[in-house]
Amino acid sequence: MTVTLKVDDISMVFPSHEGGSVTALNHVDLDFHPEEFVVALGASGCGKTTLLNLLAGFLQPTSGRITLHGKSITGPGADRGVVFQKHALLPWLNVIENAAFGLKLQGVRERDRHAVARENLDLVGLSEFLTYPVYKLSGGMQQRVGLARALTSDPEILLMDEPLGALDAFTRENMQELILKVWRRTRKIVFFITHSVEEALFLATKLIVMSPRPGRVTHSYDLQFSRQFLEEGNARRIKSDPEFIKIREEILSIIHGEEIDELEARVP
Amino acid sequence: MKLKLNPREWFGGATEEYQDPYGQPGTGKSTHISIVTIVVMLFSWWLATFLELVPPLFLPSPEMVMSKFVRISCIDHYWQSALVGLGLAGEVTAECQGFSENPLHMHIFWSLYRVFTSFFLAIVTAIPIGIAMGMNRYARGIFDPPIEFYRPIPPLAYLPLTIIWFGIGDSGKIFLIYLACFAPLAISARAGVRSCSIEQIHAAYSMGATHNQVIWHVVLKAAMPEILTGMRISIAFGWTTLVAAEMVAAKAGIGVMVLNAARFLATDIVFLGIIVIGLVAFIFDSLMRRLEGTVVPWKGRM
Repeated sequence: MTVTLKVDDISMVFPSHEGGSVTALNHVDLDFHPEEFVVALGASGCGKTTLLNLLAGFLQPTSGRITLHGKSITGPGADRGVVFQKHALLPWLNVIENAAFGLKLQGVRERDRHAVARENLDLVGLSEFLTYPVYKLSGGMQQRVGLARALTSDPEILLMDEPLGALDAFTRENMQELILKVWRRTRKIVFFITHSVEEALFLATKLIVMSPRPGRVTHSYDLQFSRQFLEEGNARRIKSDPEFIKIREEILSIIHGEEIDELEARVP
Repeated sequence: MKLKLNPREWFGGATEEYQDPYGQPGTGKSTHISIVTIVVMLFSWWLATFLELVPPLFLPSPEMVMSKFVRISCIDHYWQSALVGLGLAGEVTAECQGFSENPLHMHIFWSLYRVFTSFFLAIVTAIPIGIAMGMNRYARGIFDPPIEFYRPIPPLAYLPLTIIWFGIGDSGKIFLIYLACFAPLAISARAGVRSCSIEQIHAAYSMGATHNQVIWHVVLKAAMPEILTGMRISIAFGWTTLVAAEMVAAKAGIGVMVLNAARFLATDIVFLGIIVIGLVAFIFDSLMRRLEGTVVPWKGRM
């Protein structure tokens, strides 16, 4: 199978406050294939946000390299769209202007860029809020604008940094379904970060479990629940499926097991 | 009709607003309270003078100030002139005396000219310099010491210097007010550069923005609320420096009017001048606040 985005033996070392250094990522390898939905799951400090920042090009790795179609990533670019947890919209622009912002930067005429933005806003269900100021929208709607905006430059890969982390549980489940539908429509590679095991299982076609100190990938799963949902359209049934629950408990025990190991290592 | 016994009901709306006893302290409208305060202040002023509690030399009555206003502003003179102009009256009988050889509006005009010229110069210099300080460590290193050094010095202390450097013309006065306006505006612009979130910057870059596009479309836009607040603070400093600036060899200006009046112990004119400065500054600040509402409606909301 072709590999679109390849993370090749990446390590990332930050200087720490005490003068030493922190290894945020230690020799990580990861392949992204077309139409894959990769979810990174792990406790705080496991390096998943660092990994996303490396993929986005905001950071440069200490060693190893990341290639997109064989070409090294040296900085951020429109081929990788990013959706953030919050504070990323531009409040001086309204909904459609925010969604069209990427094309404005590329000098596309207002009529053309608004046409594209309108299409994407339609996809996330915001076609009735085109001229709303974004600061008047609810958190869930703001994240929809963020998603539509990331789609506007038509990137190959969507990087999502805990995009649902600040939402309430009901909105969150709606948004999960919306993201899967957008994924199916646009056929993009998605890299998605979350703290929620259930969310990770529901969305991922490939789930990687990361653990901290040093940040690394410890487990990897190939999953079908998202594709199953897109075929059947019943999220509750999938999330209560015995298979789903079994994997959920397995992953939870991995994460908790690590926590306990670490506590025992610290408390003699 | 029920008699309203609760004074909070007298100024409509006050009772409809529920004050949450366990909420954030100090919320709710206060405009109606401010109006009462102003009325009480004016009334006590009038009462103190009416009962002759204080000699008029120290506290002139509102009527005295009002009559000085009528005299200095030459309202009757201009009114009659207008009537003559329209063919409704034969001749102008009222003389225009003014004060210090100028009617009130000329004093106001000269002060406005000085303050707003200084303010304009501060806007075109302090905002770019402040932004440069926020975005570039060299600019910050260069401009930080002089600004932080002169900022706390009272303008009266360097007034003699401006006279030595610029002479007694208008340029020295404008320079003095300009310095007062400059520091707060530069500091606000510098702080404003920090207003945007790292997510906003990263989002722009990940949509293919260049460095200059990030600065123009994100950093500067996000700095607007802070800069507008800086402009309000800045012009307030300008007004506070006005009288000091007009101390030396100015022919007209509200500051001159006040200082000359003080020399002749014309306390009523001193009062008039103070009220005029206060009102003009207040009106301009209200306009600026309205401008904030239309230019940066998102301020503090995201």
